[in-house]
Amino acid sequence: MYRETQIVSDVAKTPLTGEGTFTINVGPQHPATHGVLHLVITLNGETILNIEPHLGYIHRSIEKMCESLTYRQFIYVTSRMDYLSAHINNHACALCVEKGMQIEIPSRAQVIRVLMDELTRIASHELWWGAMAMDVGAFTPFFHAFRERETINDIMEETCGARLTMNYMVPGGVMYDIHPNFQKRVKDFLQLYKRKIHEYDELVTGNIIFQNRMKGVGVLTAEDVISYGCTGPVARGSGVSSDIRKLYPYEIYDKLEFDEVLETAGDSFARYLIRLREMNQSIRIVEQLIDNIPEGDFQAKTKAVLKLPKGEFYQRVETARGELGVYIVSEGGTTPYRIKFRSPGFSNLSILNHMVKGSKIGDLIAAMGTLDLVIPDIDR
Amino acid sequence: MWSFSKIANIIHEWLSQTFNVTWTTIIEMVIAGVAVISLFAVLGLVLVIMERKVSAWMQIRLGPNRVGPKGLLQSLADTLKLLVKEGMTPNGADKFLFNLAPFIAMMVAMLLLAPIAFAKDFQLWDLNIGVLYVSAISSISVISILMAGWASNNKYSLLGAMRSGAQIVSYELSAGLSVLAIVVLTGSLQLSEIVNSQANGWWIFKGHIPAIIAFITFIIAVTAETNRAPFDLAEAESELTAGFHTEYSGMKFALFFLAEYANVFIVCAIGATLFLGGWMPFHIGNWNGFNNIMDWIPSSVWFFGKTFFLIFLIMWFRWTFPRLRIDQLLNLEWKYLLPISMVNILLVTAMAILKWHF
Amino acid sequence: MAFLKLIMFLKDYIKDVFGAIKSLATGMKRTGYYFTHHKEIITQQYPDNRETLHLPERFKGEVVMPHDENNEHRCTGCTACELACPNGTIKVVTKFDITPDGKKKKAIDKLVYHLELCTMCNLCIEACPSDAIKMAQTFEHSVFDRAQLTKVLNKPGSKIMDGVE
Repeated sequence: MYRETQIVSDVAKTPLTGEGTFTINVGPQHPATHGVLHLVITLNGETILNIEPHLGYIHRSIEKMCESLTYRQFIYVTSRMDYLSAHINNHACALCVEKGMQIEIPSRAQVIRVLMDELTRIASHELWWGAMAMDVGAFTPFFHAFRERETINDIMEETCGARLTMNYMVPGGVMYDIHPNFQKRVKDFLQLYKRKIHEYDELVTGNIIFQNRMKGVGVLTAEDVISYGCTGPVARGSGVSSDIRKLYPYEIYDKLEFDEVLETAGDSFARYLIRLREMNQSIRIVEQLIDNIPEGDFQAKTKAVLKLPKGEFYQRVETARGELGVYIVSEGGTTPYRIKFRSPGFSNLSILNHMVKGSKIGDLIAAMGTLDLVIPDIDR
Repeated sequence: MWSFSKIANIIHEWLSQTFNVTWTTIIEMVIAGVAVISLFAVLGLVLVIMERKVSAWMQIRLGPNRVGPKGLLQSLADTLKLLVKEGMTPNGADKFLFNLAPFIAMMVAMLLLAPIAFAKDFQLWDLNIGVLYVSAISSISVISILMAGWASNNKYSLLGAMRSGAQIVSYELSAGLSVLAIVVLTGSLQLSEIVNSQANGWWIFKGHIPAIIAFITFIIAVTAETNRAPFDLAEAESELTAGFHTEYSGMKFALFFLAEYANVFIVCAIGATLFLGGWMPFHIGNWNGFNNIMDWIPSSVWFFGKTFFLIFLIMWFRWTFPRLRIDQLLNLEWKYLLPISMVNILLVTAMAILKWHF
Repeated sequence: MAFLKLIMFLKDYIKDVFGAIKSLATGMKRTGYYFTHHKEIITQQYPDNRETLHLPERFKGEVVMPHDENNEHRCTGCTACELACPNGTIKVVTKFDITPDGKKKKAIDKLVYHLELCTMCNLCIEACPSDAIKMAQTFEHSVFDRAQLTKVLNKPGSKIMDGVE
């Protein structure tokens, strides 16, 4: 264990330019940034002095696009923000529109939505787990994670008609009813998951090299997390309760039994454990709901043209990465006057410099992996 | 029965009958050179396809299965592709060093082949300080990596090269110490004698626990020395894109690639020679029937079987473990491997003096 | 006392080393299991398995307009799909047919579909009041010329089915 505090204080004294320092561009094309993130890193040997993230390589002006689309149309675009939790993004938008129009959603639609959300969360965390292991240099877990993830994607494909950008949630419910095979396939997945989850611990969690790479690295205190506005597993890893499903329950989350996973260590390993345990909590939710999908309509009756009353509407949900807020300003027309997304990835990225200053390059990659960044979510 | 030594003797006799001594020597050298180069070519092809298949099966994939029967010619197709690819030299690179580095890497690997006994009485150069020669030459390989990293004029390459320098220099120590354990037991630096000393049992069985510790240390150290995962910090794909060979392309890249695999083969061959008895067949006490069957298997098969087993072990490591961080890598060497192998060599020495080994 | 401390240190040290080796061996056992159990392989050899590859019936591949055996479709040319589309993927070109009893009637001339713009959001199909269009399960859309992705969905000479308003 090297003394992190010592190094951090040394780093604070080192000037960022001049002899002994050099700058390196990590990204926009780099195997570890999982997308087109561009980090300008100032190094002293292997030690990181400063990190400056450069954004905008995948900016598609989704917020501006949404202003010219109707309330039914704009939801599909949000699948392209955080594509790994596309369902949850769509869900947030649909909820916000429903809030504005004061539509009552049938209970069947609510249950289907929550089921889809939780399956998406598991799929997202599976992918993160594989990518995390790949970031620290183990390639095999990536493929093992994809085995389970593919099963979820197949379920999605059967019910929603697409694997990644489903556009399944619409204002008033879901686009169409679940496929007749849905329940059986989800149960198959639950079995597969329970059969395979112990391999995750065998391959990665228990591995001494992995633990050494993660423990005591990228430590964030609760104060840091709050002051940078981090949410999701990053905040919970430092002991900050931030699960929107518990704090501001939406849909039927207040009736469900699940725990908010909290760790207090605040290091990379805590964030890693949080996500692994969150998968188990999601499995718990799916298990509670899969046999109890109520009969009824899957979509509330809505008008052909949706119009939100004049006013401002905000809805937050818990995506796989943290808190996603949708803020709609309506002038009473068929399109939003202004729309703003509070994406979890942006706040989580902003803490990166604080987190890994003074560490080694290898720590940067490992710690960045635990932030679970999805770059299109940051840039929008 | 045909064996490598017999073929070599027949060629030697025919040459000495046809030519005078000087020409015989020259022609034999040429033959040896061609044999080494072709062995390298074959090794590269075999090891690459082996690695890809091993990794694929561990990763629940099929692996290459298009070119040739069951995809076995895939690496040949890859080599052809690399041969016709343009080998670029980046602007601002030190052109001479940049182009020289892959050849040095390759030459080091070739030099290391000299003292290895591939089969019974079949060795290019049975010099009496074989073990010393191997550990001396293998440390030159760091120069080629440093050269490549420096000459590329790329910060990623330089970082990779510097990591590799620190790593190889440290791990030489415990690799050397674990090799010394066997030297102490044998009392000879000559590889052929080390093999012969294992006629009644391999050192890993004869040397009790110290030999096993030495073997484990040796495997860890050579994995690090050949820059293989979990010690692949010089390449560190997710950190440094490709480390010291980021800027290389085409055949120059292929040479680095080939040198890596050749080095893996050589260190595994050395490991097999020192700990697993080289070409010596597996014998159990006085089970004469069993021993005779084992003797019937050609010595080259034994040698390559053991070597490939060790290669598989190293590949197994690579496709299971995450990568260490640079300071942990050095910690592992200086705080764990080095003290352990030092204590171990003491134990081995005591054992050798007291004749506790079989 | 110092001796005891040393013993404790050595004990922890050896425990560390063995714990580490054990954790590594667990991982190797797992990969070794997969190395020897080829039944677990999940690779799908895609172009080879075209015959057995069945996409679910809800899969959104491209928008098509089904025609019956009399070359009749159900599209009335109401442009609901065009209005519902977020990307301007669909363009409905209408014309006026003369019905047998001499009246003018609005009908589609062409329903132009830009596959290259389509995001498969399914909103047009939801919007269609007469179920004239649906999603097909095709997915091999790559072509050499982008112009080929602009498709006319109604077949030449087709007309609207009787009874569809």
